[in-house]
This record gives sequence, structure tokens and C-alpha cells, in this order.
Amino acid sequence: MKYVCNICGYVYDPAAGDPDNGVKPGTQFKDLPDDWVCPVCGAEKSEFSPES
Amino acid sequence: MKPVELKKDIYWVGIVDWNCRDFHGYSLSPMGTTYNAFLVKDEKIALVDTAKADHAGEFFCALSHLVKPEDVDYLIVNHLEPDHSGALVEAVQRCKPEKIFCSPMGARSLAGLYQTKDWPIEVIKSGGSISLGKRSVTFLETRMLHWPDSMFSYIPEDKVVFSSDAFGQNWATSERFADQVGRETLDRVLSEYFANIVQPYSPVVLKTLDKIAELKLELDMILPDHGLLLRGEDCAWVLKRYREMAEAKPKPRAVLVYDTMWQSTEQMIHAVSDGLKDEGIETRIMHVKANHHSAIMTELLDSGALVVGSPTHNNGILPYMAGLFQYMKGLKPLNKVGGAVGSFGWSGECVPALNEWLEKIGIEVVGSGVKQQWRPTHDTLKACVAYGREIGAALKAKIAALG
Ligand SMILES: [Fe+2]
Ligand SMILES: [Fe+2]
Ligand SMILES: [Zn+2]
Repeated sequence: MKYVCNICGYVYDPAAGDPDNGVKPGTQFKDLPDDWVCPVCGAEKSEFSPES
Repeated sequence: MKPVELKKDIYWVGIVDWNCRDFHGYSLSPMGTTYNAFLVKDEKIALVDTAKADHAGEFFCALSHLVKPEDVDYLIVNHLEPDHSGALVEAVQRCKPEKIFCSPMGARSLAGLYQTKDWPIEVIKSGGSISLGKRSVTFLETRMLHWPDSMFSYIPEDKVVFSSDAFGQNWATSERFADQVGRETLDRVLSEYFANIVQPYSPVVLKTLDKIAELKLELDMILPDHGLLLRGEDCAWVLKRYREMAEAKPKPRAVLVYDTMWQSTEQMIHAVSDGLKDEGIETRIMHVKANHHSAIMTELLDSGALVVGSPTHNNGILPYMAGLFQYMKGLKPLNKVGGAVGSFGWSGECVPALNEWLEKIGIEVVGSGVKQQWRPTHDTLKACVAYGREIGAALKAKIAALG
């Protein structure tokens, strides 16, 4: 499932991952490391909600 | 205006835009604004931010009072929005800087905004630092305060922070420091700026304030990119005001915004206001066409309740109300209760449509509102007064819970 950053609107897509920050494509949101932050605004994982 | 020395070898080289009224296309700046830029003269000469493109001539004239532009060694780009980077291309041409410093997010956006090929860009991460000679500059990324690229630059030797748009205000004055102008107006323009530009990033504001405390940054001057500069005790004052605004604890005050065709909805709004006053809630009634959406957001920042009114028009609500809601939703106001009233002729979509907007904005809706076909009767207005009391009571409960 995709997750949206509540601060800046960035969408985390598991299919794409976040390669710039060492997250491989195919990584589910729940499997992201706890210290992963939004690549756009630096918000923590807790600031994300499932995309509706 | 001529440059102003703020501290030994640190100068304001900004622009006072006396005529600006339409700020960035979405907010009003009824008293104009300034684009503050700064020059630090040390073994290396650094220019912090520039100005809006249409003021470039004035900007380089002010700068030339202090140095030959080609003697500037470093450009520090705290924020890329064109009110601060509009003269950047010309600055690169005139200054031929040895280095251009920006944040990692800034580097990504720069290439999309300007032709940056061959520019000596050096990306600095949060915590990174450069030397100017006797002084150094430390960078603190402040992503989404209020753009991804935004950052602060801090000179520890002088206890000075260049804070970009954070702590800014739209107010054109000949004075440069906050302690030289009236406090009440200053507070007003500070909250107007926060309400319309910074508000949606309130969680980031709180994080940044915590970071400033954690780093134990000593602050003798906070220098924002708009309006009056803060020094001495005003530094603590502005940090405290930002924390208050970002925490958004509800206050016993309500804004009632409405549009009306034949004054039925208007009468209902006035009756709701009376009910709120019965509960000891201060009210401000704002016709959506007599007040700009940015002025409404400034009033709402200081209020714990929002009551909205619109008649049904072609199975929906009136367009200025819909425009206001669109703007308000983006600004993510926090901790508010609300309610809706409206009149209709033959189909009553107005109140459900208004409530749907309130919910989308994240406002806690009280009851289901009051709607009336054709004209409000004495009983309708009594129901509106009772509804005002109900909203007032809900607000007081929220204040008690969050106070
Ligand atoms: Fe900006
Ligand atoms: Fe700005
Ligand atoms: Zn984000």
C-alpha cells in the first residue's frame, strides 16, 4: 500500500522504494527502518497515513 | 534604501517594497513587505539571499554601497522562492562567486528554476559549517519551513541566525528592527504571515523550535527574510509566539464567515453569533466578499471556532465560500470546532455541503447545523441562537480538554 506524508504530500510507493536513501524497490512501508524520514520534508514515519 | 549595519560587518542589504499588496498570488500584504538580504564582510565576503527580480537594480545599487559585487566570494541561498532568488542569476553574473551554498533539497530545485550549468554549487547538509575567516556559518535545514529547500544559516561568533521566511512579516517600514515599531501591529503582521504561509507546517515549526533548544543556539539576532528584524529580548519573544501559534491551543473566540443572496443566511449567522456571546465567546462576523481569504485566516488563527453560512445555489454553495474552503483546507487549521447554517428555496444542499467541507478541513462539527427554507422565522432564529450556545459549549469543552 502507498503512504502519504501529512506534512508535504510526498507519496511513498513500495514499488519504487526510496533508492536515494538506501531503500530498495519492493520495500513495504511497514518494513522501512524506524529512522527513515520523508525524503522531501524530513517528517518521521509517524507523520504518514495510508493513501485513500 | 541604503544598507544598514546590524552588527560589526554584518549588513542588511534588502529591499523595502512599499507597493506590494498581492503577496505571492495568494495572500494580501496590506502594508507592503520587504525582501531582506544580508552581507557579511570577513576574510571572505558572503551574501545571504538576494531579492525579487523586479527590484534587482535597487538591490545591486544597495550592495555596491558596501562592496564591489565582484568582491563577493560566497552566495548563501537559504531559500529558492523567487522573492529571494529572483536576482540570483544576475548575482552570479555580477559577483562571479567562488562558491554558492545551498541545502540538498535546494540543489535539486535550483536546476529546475535557473540555468545553473557551470555554477560553483556546494551542497551543505544540516550541521555542516563553512569558515569566512574570523567567523563561521553553520547550516540548519528546515525542510518545509516553508519549502523543501528552506534552511537557516547561523553565525555562532555573532549569535546571529538568518532564518529565511520563518519569523517573517509583511510590513514595509523605514525602521529595520522590531523594537523600533509598535508591538501590537508587529504581532498582527507576524500572525498574519504565520496564518497564511507557515500554518500548515506547524509540526515542523515545533520540531525546529525543539532543535534550536536542543542545540542550545545562542541568539542575539534573528534575521528573517521579510519585515522587521529581531534582536535582544525580541528573539525569545518571537520563538515563544511561534510556539504558541504552532501549538494552536483553542481560544474562546469564534469567526463566522458567510455569503448571502437575500439576507436570510446573514440573519441566521447574526443569531448564531448572539448564542456564542451568551456563552462568553468573542465573535467576529466576516462576509466572505467584504474580507479577503487571507484576512479570514488571520482571524481564524486566534479563534477556536468557525461557523460558516451559505444559501443553496444551484444545488451547492456560493462560489466564494467554496474558494475560501479550498484555501483553508491547504492551511490545515488545528483544534477547531465548527458548525454551519444556511437558507434555501427549493433544495437544501447548502448545510450538508458546508459540513462536508468542515470535515474535510479537519474541523470538529457540532450537531448537524440549522437550515431554513425561504425566510428564517422567529423560531428559526431562536434555533440559531441555541445552536450558537451549543457551539460555544463545545468550544469551552475543547479548551478545557486541551488547555
Ligand atoms: Fe518563501
Ligand atoms: Fe519569502
Ligand atoms: Zn514529507
